[in-house]
Amino acid sequence: MPRRNDIHRVLIIGSGPIIIGQACEFDYSGTQACKALKADGFEVVLVNSNPATIMTDPELADQTYVEPLSVPYLTEIIKKERPDALLSTVGGQTGLNLSVALAEAGVLDEYDVELIGAKIDSIKKAEDRLLFKDAMRKIGLETPTSQLITDMKAGFAFADRVGYPMILRPSFTMGGSGGGIAYNAEDLEEILARGLDLSPVGEVLIEESVLGWKEYEMEVMRDLADNAIIICSIENFDPMGVHTGDSITVAPAQTLSDREYQMMRDASLACLREIGVDTGGSNVQFAINPKDGRMVVVEMNPRVSRSSALASKATGFPIAKIAAKLAVGYRLDEIKNDITRLTPACFEPTIDYVVTKIPRWQFEKFPGADPTLGTQMKSVGEVMSIGRTFKQSLAKAIRSLETGKSATKEEALDEALIPAKLITPTAERLNYILFAFERGWTVEQVFELTNIDPWFLRQVNEGIELNRSLQAETLESIGAAAMREAKRCGVSDVSMARFWNADPLAVRAKRKELGVTAVFNRVDTCAAEFESFTPYLYSSYESECEAEPTDRKKVMILGAGPNRIGQGIEFDYCCCHASFALQEFDHESIMVNCNPETVSTDYDTSDRLYFEPLTLEEVLNIYDTEKPDGVVVQFGGQTPLNLALPLQRAGVPIIGTDPKNIDLAEDRRLFGKLLEDLQIPCPPNGTATSVEEACEVAGRLGYPVLVRPSYVLGGRAMTIAYDEDTVRRYMREAVVFSQDRPVLVDRFLEDAMEVDVDCLSDGENVLIAGIMEHIEEAGIHSGDSSCVLPPFGIGAKELQTIQEYSVRMARALNVIGLMNVQFAIKEGNVYVIEVNPRASRTVPFVAKATGVPLPKIAVGLMLGKKLTDFAHMTQGKTSGVLDVPQFFVKSPVFPFNKFHGVDPVLGPEMRSTGEVMGVGENFGEAFAKAQLSAGSPLPEAGTVFISVSDRHKSEAIEVARRFAELGYKLAATRGTASMIKAAGLECLTVFKVNEGRPNAVDLLKAGKLKLAIYTTTGVHSFSDEKAIRRAAIQYRVPCITTMSAARAAVQAAASRRRDPIRVWSLQQIHKGIAAGR
Amino acid sequence: MNPAILALEDGTVFEGRAFGALTERSGEVVFNTSLTGYQEIFTDPSYAGQIVVLTYPQIGNYGANDGDMESARPFIEGLAVRDFSPIVSSWRSDQAADAFLKLYNIPIIDSIDTRKLVRHLRTRGVMRGVLSSISTDVKGLIEKARNIPSMAGLDLATRVSTSNLYTWDSPVEPCSPSERVRGAGSGAHHVVAYDFGIKRNILRRLVTSGCRVTVVPSGATAEDVLSLNPDGVFLSNGPGDPEPLEAQAAEVRKLIGKKPVFGICLGHQILGLAMGGKTYKLKFGHRGGNHPVLNRKTNKVEITAQNHGFAVDPDSISEHVAEITHVNLNDQTVEGLRHKSEPVFCVQYHPEAAPGPHDSLYLFDDFMALMQEHRQ
Repeated sequence: MPRRNDIHRVLIIGSGPIIIGQACEFDYSGTQACKALKADGFEVVLVNSNPATIMTDPELADQTYVEPLSVPYLTEIIKKERPDALLSTVGGQTGLNLSVALAEAGVLDEYDVELIGAKIDSIKKAEDRLLFKDAMRKIGLETPTSQLITDMKAGFAFADRVGYPMILRPSFTMGGSGGGIAYNAEDLEEILARGLDLSPVGEVLIEESVLGWKEYEMEVMRDLADNAIIICSIENFDPMGVHTGDSITVAPAQTLSDREYQMMRDASLACLREIGVDTGGSNVQFAINPKDGRMVVVEMNPRVSRSSALASKATGFPIAKIAAKLAVGYRLDEIKNDITRLTPACFEPTIDYVVTKIPRWQFEKFPGADPTLGTQMKSVGEVMSIGRTFKQSLAKAIRSLETGKSATKEEALDEALIPAKLITPTAERLNYILFAFERGWTVEQVFELTNIDPWFLRQVNEGIELNRSLQAETLESIGAAAMREAKRCGVSDVSMARFWNADPLAVRAKRKELGVTAVFNRVDTCAAEFESFTPYLYSSYESECEAEPTDRKKVMILGAGPNRIGQGIEFDYCCCHASFALQEFDHESIMVNCNPETVSTDYDTSDRLYFEPLTLEEVLNIYDTEKPDGVVVQFGGQTPLNLALPLQRAGVPIIGTDPKNIDLAEDRRLFGKLLEDLQIPCPPNGTATSVEEACEVAGRLGYPVLVRPSYVLGGRAMTIAYDEDTVRRYMREAVVFSQDRPVLVDRFLEDAMEVDVDCLSDGENVLIAGIMEHIEEAGIHSGDSSCVLPPFGIGAKELQTIQEYSVRMARALNVIGLMNVQFAIKEGNVYVIEVNPRASRTVPFVAKATGVPLPKIAVGLMLGKKLTDFAHMTQGKTSGVLDVPQFFVKSPVFPFNKFHGVDPVLGPEMRSTGEVMGVGENFGEAFAKAQLSAGSPLPEAGTVFISVSDRHKSEAIEVARRFAELGYKLAATRGTASMIKAAGLECLTVFKVNEGRPNAVDLLKAGKLKLAIYTTTGVHSFSDEKAIRRAAIQYRVPCITTMSAARAAVQAAASRRRDPIRVWSLQQIHKGIAAGR
Repeated sequence: MNPAILALEDGTVFEGRAFGALTERSGEVVFNTSLTGYQEIFTDPSYAGQIVVLTYPQIGNYGANDGDMESARPFIEGLAVRDFSPIVSSWRSDQAADAFLKLYNIPIIDSIDTRKLVRHLRTRGVMRGVLSSISTDVKGLIEKARNIPSMAGLDLATRVSTSNLYTWDSPVEPCSPSERVRGAGSGAHHVVAYDFGIKRNILRRLVTSGCRVTVVPSGATAEDVLSLNPDGVFLSNGPGDPEPLEAQAAEVRKLIGKKPVFGICLGHQILGLAMGGKTYKLKFGHRGGNHPVLNRKTNKVEITAQNHGFAVDPDSISEHVAEITHVNLNDQTVEGLRHKSEPVFCVQYHPEAAPGPHDSLYLFDDFMALMQEHRQ
């Protein structure tokens, strides 16, 4: 049953913006699918609203649409492209749901598109809880006792029957959105109401609790000939009760005997067959009662999932790639294993190492959020590590997280809190387990409170005992055997340095002197049974190095580590492109990263892949082995930048902009001096290394001031202070500062317009790639602000100034590669707010809008080429600004729906997890599409609610008038309403929350208000304001919190009425640019 | 913690820590790539004369229990692992794996670079070795390794076989309240099983499929077998080289055409010999639970458990006598044969699993069907 020749053109739907529960693992799977199908001669049409992805790169598909993932837009694309088939299984829950919606709307039938991967019936059987339970019962598998509930009363009746705690899962939501554990009637009331609302079909499954049972996942694949294999088993460190995306997980399963494992294998295959997933990958989750081995099926995903990405990286078996090939007819035994080359892909990988995944949370960005981990996923990223033993693997994973070196204050561990922190799972649980063992707790005691398998706990405890024995040594006394044992168990040089009060580099030197050096082993799918042809490596302290470095010219790229808010997929995009470019420029590319979700950690992205923590120790180990000609640090965000200077000091050749200059841009004093020399204005500013100094500086500059730590990304711990109290509190509670890392204090420019610039520089010429006008004013973090290319509200004179300043700074900093500058424009004056001589978050957006491959050119420049060498790729330009033929709007996507109780107001601290792009003939169209893609579509009709602070009232009237002209009704709180009425417009007056009822929140809940425009003075956020913003999020009413965004919304609303649904592929747009349109 | 040494005949030495018994044992050093099922491996008589290296690094995690015994005792000579777990976490466990092996005087070497050892065996082929936790005389141990008799030409099957005939009536028991196992069959078919080192799960599977089983020693003659009036004859797995088992092959040859015959592993090789074929030694064998085998009749792939160091030479089998029914997709070696005209079939791999996947359990039903057919 070889390749199907009756289909030629395949449509792939991506997963949209990065959100919690659906992150860049689907960029990985979509990219693999695109590559596999294209390589096999299929034409690929790709749709994804997320411009930061590698898959939306024009080279990866034949036609790439960055358009809203909604039925009308997909219909338009299908009409235009007429694909033969739709691959539904590589775009996460979004791709799957949209495929179902297209089928149900009759679009697929109408245009004769065949659904491949998973059929509608199978998707429904797997996703619909009741159908799934019936299916499992049919094949003799148990599921927890449960009932599908559609109203509150039935929920309470079920509770009476089964008892608490109970697990609630709304139907058809992703990442367990809206689910939870109800321990009592009060919980049930809250979670059930929310779940019924969030479920698109108004259904919630309530289930008997299997809390504390052991949790497992099996990654399964099947082909059209019914060959079915297990790729990987995964055992959760955290028992049932914590969403698997929030659990520490270990591959392969550690505590199952073969009998139990085979029982689970049989059940997985039976499940796959019964659900009817004909081709591709699926994952099946199980719970096992640790007391008697009773097994229940928890759920199955009939598609490539987050766990598939993990399993692919953990085993070297490329699930998404193979899934794509199976979907177009291949059999598993017709596909070769890339790694062994000689054996087929129809086998079950076996591994000779242990893989650990730890999620990365960012509760610190969401004060007020419930930090308890439950059935709804809350982590924003994850790390994976590979070690020869569980101990080594766990230790490497903990280092990969890059926690503990943040600029913000972390809560000290408190012995009194140990029991509570062990009982209730939170992001801190692992730290508290380590802490408990340090304080002498026993495995039994910890087990009692956590239900974590004693095997895992024993291993963790042994690690602590090993640390204790190391603490008894000194740098001088440590012997070779003890050192080797420590390294084999994963103890870092940094830890030993801390034990011995020494410099980590001294520990390194001592270690080498003792002959204890890292070696590299291969991930080969077969535990060394066959030769491996793929240099996919991890470090260990075994006795034989399998790295086999080549003597080619080579460059090492340091990746971005775990996804975090502010450092996400955009940087993986840059790293991957750097790697592709190096290969094109005849250099071997060596990737270093520890994020299993990414394309960069795919073994065929780079020539060589090191799956390693991004620490000085591990990077130097790789450097010692590979001896690359250069190391690239400017593409991976802050993570590699933090390593740049230490690496340079250790003699590692960093290519591109000198790390000293990158550092200079962060050093407020030196940078201030530079700007002064260049005669470039910036907001008045100063630095402080004490509370008093901060107050003094702020007082001198005048309030409001923007205060922030040095060297952070994503506006971590950045605050606008309107008074000294706030500055004091901030300095005392929020940041860590030192002489090396002072707190930066800037005069905050209120109501200024913010502008982002990305440019390429070869040290002589500077080409501006994009000048992005922010839609929200200064003060909102640039990552949280919508922005537009080309700018349309900036005067020619200011644009000229922005260009001149950018060129001047790039030359002064001798930038080789990419540079990003943030400007603020106030009253006709242009100020520089920040300069980052490195790849920025907006690089993929600009690359996609202009059709110019920015990271590729940047790599060329870093290798010594000049902008003139790339003129054929840059619209013939080596200076000035690149053209964009249409309007491109980038909009952020926020995770507020996952964090109840958090005020969703925007500020200087970045909180968006992802982004989307809208393309249009006019700004309004592009903005409307971006808002639609971001999940907050502007209403076509209905009532617009306006409540603004006094200083926005005149602008608000204009906005109100435009909405009224478009036929919208108006509603406003008393003050605003009287202004609007005075301007001759009809307006309904609505109570504020504390004024009586029905108030604005009641109306939002009742669905009477379709759009909320709500600005504050910024000084304080009052509780009623917060209540309105929260209600808007909860009831999915778009909520606009700035006047500039309100003006943009009017234009978008006008476009929705005026413009037809139309779509453009990037290839089509870029061809237009090339043709000089 | 006592030191332990694994010395190979080519002079390669691995130093590690000792678990299990403090003793010295020798044998052919082979590796197995299964992720689970170490206890079944320890107790599989096919491993007689061998020191087993497990490629999965964490071994011992779930202890040892009565249900996972594949024979009355462990047969491995020694165990080499990366990280042996003396502690146990499993509701099924009766004792620690360490204590279990100690009981049978089997040494364990832990903390060695098993990946290096496996790569060594893969490139150089399996070789003889000595595992000692009582001697640190490296040179002496290497010398001893060189003096162990080679596996080729060695009749180990007779050594591990039962000395007396016995009947077996235990079926497969579920390992957990959630395992669905077919109840024991009717016992309608009487199978005589040759014990060349038979695994219990084969016997259990035969019972579950509907057999009454009489186990006979490897020296039983065709007449002995036929006198038991069986409906079918089963040829078991077992250790070592099939070539020296000429006498057994000759007896089996007499049974072909008289009764349906089913063979597994060594039984398959003996049938190969009985049908006029030859066997040869593989460089490092097939030992693991992930080998893809193509069933040529159904054109489907089965993931199989394997444990063999020898194989039947496909060119030695006349196409008029037998057809090759199963092929290993990794290296195209013969995995199954069926006689052209008589009710005789066999597979090189282990359909009974334990440890390993259950994809090939259908072969037991095939055997039942064959017996049913030839009864009428």
